[in-house]
Amino acid sequence: MTGQSDDAVNKQVMIQVRGLITRFGHETIHDGIDLDIFKGEIIGLVGGSGSGKSTLLRALTMLLQPSGGSIKIGPHELIGIDEASASELRRHMGVMFQQGALFSSLTVLQNVCVPLKEHTQLSIQLIQQLGLMKLKLVGLTEQAADKYPKHLSGGMIKRVAVARALALDPDILFLDEPSAGLDPISAHALDELILQLREALGLTVIIVTHDIDSLWRLTDRVAFLGEKRLLAVADLKTLSQHHHPLIHEYFQGPRGRAAQVN
Amino acid sequence: MVDRDMEQSHVQWIANGSRLVLSGNWTVYGAAPLEKGIEQLMTKSLDVDRVIIDCQQIQALDSAGAWLLNRLCQHLQQRHQPYDLIGLSDKHQSLLVLVKQQQVVPVPAARAARLSRLGQATWAHIEQALQLLAFLGETFVILFRCIFQPRRLRWNALFANVEQSGINALPIIGLLSFLLGIVIGYQAGVQLQLYGANIFIVELVCLTMLRELSPMMAAVIVAGRSGSAFAAQLGTMKVTEEIDAMRTIGIAPMEMLVIPKVLAMLIALPLLTVFADVLGVLGGMVIAKTMLGIDFKDFFARIPEVVTLTSFMLGIMKAPVFALIIAVVGCFQGLRVAGGADSVGRQTTISVVQAIFLIIVADAIFSIIFSGIGI
Repeated sequence: MTGQSDDAVNKQVMIQVRGLITRFGHETIHDGIDLDIFKGEIIGLVGGSGSGKSTLLRALTMLLQPSGGSIKIGPHELIGIDEASASELRRHMGVMFQQGALFSSLTVLQNVCVPLKEHTQLSIQLIQQLGLMKLKLVGLTEQAADKYPKHLSGGMIKRVAVARALALDPDILFLDEPSAGLDPISAHALDELILQLREALGLTVIIVTHDIDSLWRLTDRVAFLGEKRLLAVADLKTLSQHHHPLIHEYFQGPRGRAAQVN
Repeated sequence: MVDRDMEQSHVQWIANGSRLVLSGNWTVYGAAPLEKGIEQLMTKSLDVDRVIIDCQQIQALDSAGAWLLNRLCQHLQQRHQPYDLIGLSDKHQSLLVLVKQQQVVPVPAARAARLSRLGQATWAHIEQALQLLAFLGETFVILFRCIFQPRRLRWNALFANVEQSGINALPIIGLLSFLLGIVIGYQAGVQLQLYGANIFIVELVCLTMLRELSPMMAAVIVAGRSGSAFAAQLGTMKVTEEIDAMRTIGIAPMEMLVIPKVLAMLIALPLLTVFADVLGVLGGMVIAKTMLGIDFKDFFARIPEVVTLTSFMLGIMKAPVFALIIAVVGCFQGLRVAGGADSVGRQTTISVVQAIFLIIVADAIFSIIFSGIGI
């Protein structure tokens, strides 16, 4: 939230990826990826299994150092970033992991309060109130606050994970398979929540997902990864008509078509 | 992205214009002074008809800032003080509305009374002891079934466990026993020299090592090395649902995981004890030669005269009991893991503490029995 007018904001590049190369040993995962992610948009990362979606997400969240190329978030270059700048930059990011990755020794409320305790000077009462507010924001009740992660259902774990990712009001929210393993109603509710949060908090959201229904509902643009490169970036309507065989197969397969009809 | 650390936030009361001027970064980083500022403001009497809350100078607002702004409004409402909120951008307005919708009512944590907590803790311990006993019984039943039907045994797992908990433990157990032999020999030597009874060092070192220290030492090291590994392995498998997966495939986790460990321990620990005996006596011999001038030859010659087979066997027969304690406690605590990573750590710690505790208790019981029957 920089206070700039909406028009300028829409075109502002939040994340700039240029010629990104990632290798594990001799295996090349990404061979030259270029991607711009704009402020305030919801962008989906899709592709078949093993196409390097999660690896790209790990590179963007500084959990993995790529072998070459450049990633810029705002003015900061991520390749070869020093620990101090990385830590500063991490405050502007919230990450929700696929399995939630909640700290199992802490209660739900304590999980959400961890980033606030680490990075702010607020009083403990205020931190707890803000934590509770975040929990309410993602649709949980006060009763859930004192539970431990092992007592939560899959949908609740994902919600708590979103609440923790949002604790510091980040500018960028990364979601790794948010709807995987959720029932359709919870998945739909989570989609609604993400849209609502983007609206209210002005988030830039990057989603890795296989859920084509979610892609239709949520994303402004979708980036399709395949053959170690970025095959296409476009809004889903354009992308689903793309002639590349991999993309065609992905969206024109039986499930892809069913989602499109809805 | 603005640098959020640059400017703190302010709330200022300007009396003559009946205005509350809010400024700066109303974000999670800049909001620390706001809490106090709002509290102080609320103790003041404002004494005007309408308060104007001027938000024009707010540079950034996030949900934490919106929360505090909402709290300010609520305070004013409680005092029946009319107010106008001006200068808030549409975006900030919608954030404020969103925050307003999240009414937080803190739930007081339920805390049981002291006596009932004591009761619960006691009962938990009794229950755990009963479960351990039941687990021991189950282990025995399946162990006998496996022994009479050897094809049920998982030979690969058995040998792998013998290697990991037995052969790989040889260096550490050898070294520590040797050092222990030196320590015992030295302490005994100092006293024996006073009486000129140098040659009795053979009895002292051999009997202490063979009857007490070697079995105990080997068992304690193995409990720390392998008992903890058993608990951590089974605990992690429980967390990742591997054990449930085994059940659904039709493999009994007891047969696949627990029995090989128990059997491997029953084979390895007595052998490790013999090894510890040898190295311990060797340590004593080195000290006897250097300190008391007793040749290896004389030392060896005296061993059969003073050390009976019974003494040796008494030490060795403790080993299987200790082995059973280590393996059963390790596996039992591993299977008790529930939840996540912290539970694995807790149960692993408990497994080592409990195993060593039970080993010493068992050793004490052995001593009482042996002295009772006079051997």
